[in-house]
Amino acid sequence: MPLLDVDTLTIEIPTEAGLLHAVNGVSFTLERGETLAIVGESGSGKSLTSLALMDLLPSRAVRKARSLRFDGIDLMAAGRREMENLRGDRMAMIFQEPMTSLNPAYTVGDQLAEALRRHRPVGRAAARDRAVHLLERVGITAAASRLGQYPHQLSGGLRQRVMIAMGLMCEPDLIIADEPTTALDVTIQAQILLLLRDIQREFGMGLILVTHDLGVVARVATKVAVMYAGRLVETGPVEAVFGAPSHPYTQGLLRAIPVPGRTKPGEPLGTIPGQVPNLIGPLAGCAFRNRCDRATDACAAAIPDRDLGPGHRMACVLDPVAVPA
Amino acid sequence: MLAFLLRRLAVALSVVLTVSVIAFLLLHLSGDLATDLAGPEASPEQVARVRVEYGLDQPLVVQYGQWLAGAARFDFGRSFYFRESVASLLGDRIPITLKLGAISLGLALLVAIPLGALAAVKRGSWFDRAALAFCALGQAVPTFWLGLTLIIIFAVNLRWLPVSGNATWSHYVLPSVALGWYAIPAVMRLTRNGMLDVMASDYIRTARAKGLRPHTVIFKHALRNAVVPVVALAAVQFGFMLGGSIVVEAVFSLQGLGQLAWEAIARKDFPVVQAIVMLLATIYILLTFLADLLNAWLDPRIRVA
Amino acid sequence: MSTTSASGAAPAAAGFDPVPVRRSPLARFTKRAARHPGFMAGAVLLAVILVLSIGAPLFTAHDPYAQDISRRLIPPVWHDKGSWEHWLGTDKLGRDYFARLLYGGRISLMIGAATVLLSGVIGTALGVAAGFFGGRVDMVIGYVINVRLALPVVLVALAVAALVGTSLNTVIVVLGLLLWDRFAVVARSTTQQIAHADFVAAARAIGCSTRLIVFSEVLPNILNPLIVVATLEMAHAILLEAALSFLGLGVQPPLPSWGLMISEGKQYMFFSPWVITIPGVALVALVLGINLLGDGLRDVTAPDNRS
Repeated sequence: MPLLDVDTLTIEIPTEAGLLHAVNGVSFTLERGETLAIVGESGSGKSLTSLALMDLLPSRAVRKARSLRFDGIDLMAAGRREMENLRGDRMAMIFQEPMTSLNPAYTVGDQLAEALRRHRPVGRAAARDRAVHLLERVGITAAASRLGQYPHQLSGGLRQRVMIAMGLMCEPDLIIADEPTTALDVTIQAQILLLLRDIQREFGMGLILVTHDLGVVARVATKVAVMYAGRLVETGPVEAVFGAPSHPYTQGLLRAIPVPGRTKPGEPLGTIPGQVPNLIGPLAGCAFRNRCDRATDACAAAIPDRDLGPGHRMACVLDPVAVPA
Repeated sequence: MLAFLLRRLAVALSVVLTVSVIAFLLLHLSGDLATDLAGPEASPEQVARVRVEYGLDQPLVVQYGQWLAGAARFDFGRSFYFRESVASLLGDRIPITLKLGAISLGLALLVAIPLGALAAVKRGSWFDRAALAFCALGQAVPTFWLGLTLIIIFAVNLRWLPVSGNATWSHYVLPSVALGWYAIPAVMRLTRNGMLDVMASDYIRTARAKGLRPHTVIFKHALRNAVVPVVALAAVQFGFMLGGSIVVEAVFSLQGLGQLAWEAIARKDFPVVQAIVMLLATIYILLTFLADLLNAWLDPRIRVA
Repeated sequence: MSTTSASGAAPAAAGFDPVPVRRSPLARFTKRAARHPGFMAGAVLLAVILVLSIGAPLFTAHDPYAQDISRRLIPPVWHDKGSWEHWLGTDKLGRDYFARLLYGGRISLMIGAATVLLSGVIGTALGVAAGFFGGRVDMVIGYVINVRLALPVVLVALAVAALVGTSLNTVIVVLGLLLWDRFAVVARSTTQQIAHADFVAAARAIGCSTRLIVFSEVLPNILNPLIVVATLEMAHAILLEAALSFLGLGVQPPLPSWGLMISEGKQYMFFSPWVITIPGVALVALVLGINLLGDGLRDVTAPDNRS
């Protein structure tokens, strides 16, 4: 039984202009000890997908799925209280904005302890000890003295470490990190990512990493899911997807990042011309076809889900062609 | 922090001084007090004697200086009408008005904050709509008319509460409702808007992601941050209430500061009017100053700087 | 939050062809206003009161000042002793209550409008100067606003009215000189935003005079929030006039101010409660109408629809 089994997840948001199909039939699985990277550009639905797993979507968003299971628990059928009991205990989430994700009115120690004491019958002292231990684990020096500090007294990198420690308080089975490094300095980004990877290995958790940074994926993830316009266009083990990118969009994405040794200095990086389609109202066929240089009439019809190898799937009618090196 | 405090204090003091000049000039420039005081049938000699007796023959600057020097020692001179020291008159009346103001504010906050918070949490629901409609209606009801209506309903028809006076606590119920009423919509809207902003914030999402119960999320994480601006508003509203007590005290015959002010104005008893204007202005300035401090204390970003 | 940006910016058309929808400002205003129940309710309420009081002679044949001691305190028509002759009854001097109510509406509206005109000009001038010039000017005006806020309005208005003599004009001038603070605060903050906008910088760069910039660039752009303040302050002024008149230092008899009507009815309210209920309800209706209109205007003219 996989730790997480997402089958045909759909998220719709009613707007004044019509129904926005933010996420459209996304499926994937995650095992303990695996790191899945969900990749896509802004508006691809990757953040909403991660929020949907935690049942933290904005209230007007509508979540549908054929099946959504966490460790065998049917999340679609779970009530509000059941979800509250799971959140923070067995599944934790780390957000994009460390600057604003901590409550300015309470100390770091208070907010850390609260995460544990909500789910475990432990006293203040025990919660405090665990907080100090985890702050040290995430690389914060003078951890004990940090407990009395308020979030505004910490840098962005430190706050994100606090957020990670907070997510670990109950030793969850699954951590979802939604662009955890986007708001941070480049040097801090690498540290936080490596920290997440090490912790994931140490605790043997499942980790979902939502990102638009393919460099991150290559270093940390074991599996990749590429999203475009609310759909999953390609998914598979990192080696397979990076080694033999098959969907034209994935190929375009990979062309857009410099590869040491392969990209020559001065050579222009690839770009994907065109715009993401508007997701309001019905949209048949492949969402990428208006930007795809290989698009044919067949692309306007239903898109097959094709098996390309062990765990490697893509949603494209075209036969994969090798990327010109 | 200390420098900020001292600067705020200096500004507050200078505002008090400016108000004192205005209060003084307003009342002294607009007519000959001696003629009014001596009465319509007074001879020129009598008027002159009154003028000297009250120091009204001195240049304005001297009069102001004397008055200010006295005011600094809580000596606001003698009342023209009541024939006793203004300070002791005020001393008798202040407790009643402060009591009225405090109960009114307490009542208003007790009603407005929970309702405002609940309206925000249930945004768009019938409760929210009803709360907003109540705000609009509440703001349109004149205090004095509400007071009279409350008397008709609760004192005359139902006979639950006394019509007027200030002998017991029950005498304060209706005046406090009438006075507190006007503050409810403002506090309620501010609480509601504050809660809406806070509920949409990232740290509330974090709190929910921790699996915290809704009441913990709302009361511990959201309300705490949403009420910070309400504190400042409450201070301002308390100042307004003391000013508005003049109407409510007139309706309910409460022998407080407002009633005194009304009588003094009607009788052109300027030392009393001046002193009350000064007193209310000073209280207001003091309150806003304290609200700033309280805000700083409530918000660690300011407190721990 | 990457996905919500798509919903915010998305045009109305489906699929691959974004079709931008543009409407004229007036059409947009009308459409939004029509969908705002508070605004519509306020507009209707205010319109009814305006028509009734301005066209008062069309709706009643009675003279609001005509006394008839033989017909004192006749109750309204829904009471046993009421009659259609005086369908809202008569007051202690036998004057027709409906006629007094209609003519009293004129006084409220007039005082509200005149006060707001005066305080609006003062407050806007101060606020725009503070916001536009900043620095020391801003500091001084900020100080003046603080002093004004520290003055207890009712008390000062009463004292001045007692000194210079009570009359309709006194009420207007005194309230006008006291109620400019919110105009100043709003004008100041909105002007600050405008003063730093690119088009003002551009106007300065090409050498436009300060006066031209203020009148052609700043004022038109801060008008909407100021209109909202004006409506809310008008309601405020009407309530204050009623309170002053109630305390005997506002509009003087025999004028039919609603506040004065309540004051005059006070001693009869135990046996004839309608003498204070009727003008009170009229006051609530008028102020409610203006407030609803003002709140609605704020929502309707907001740059982006937040609902």
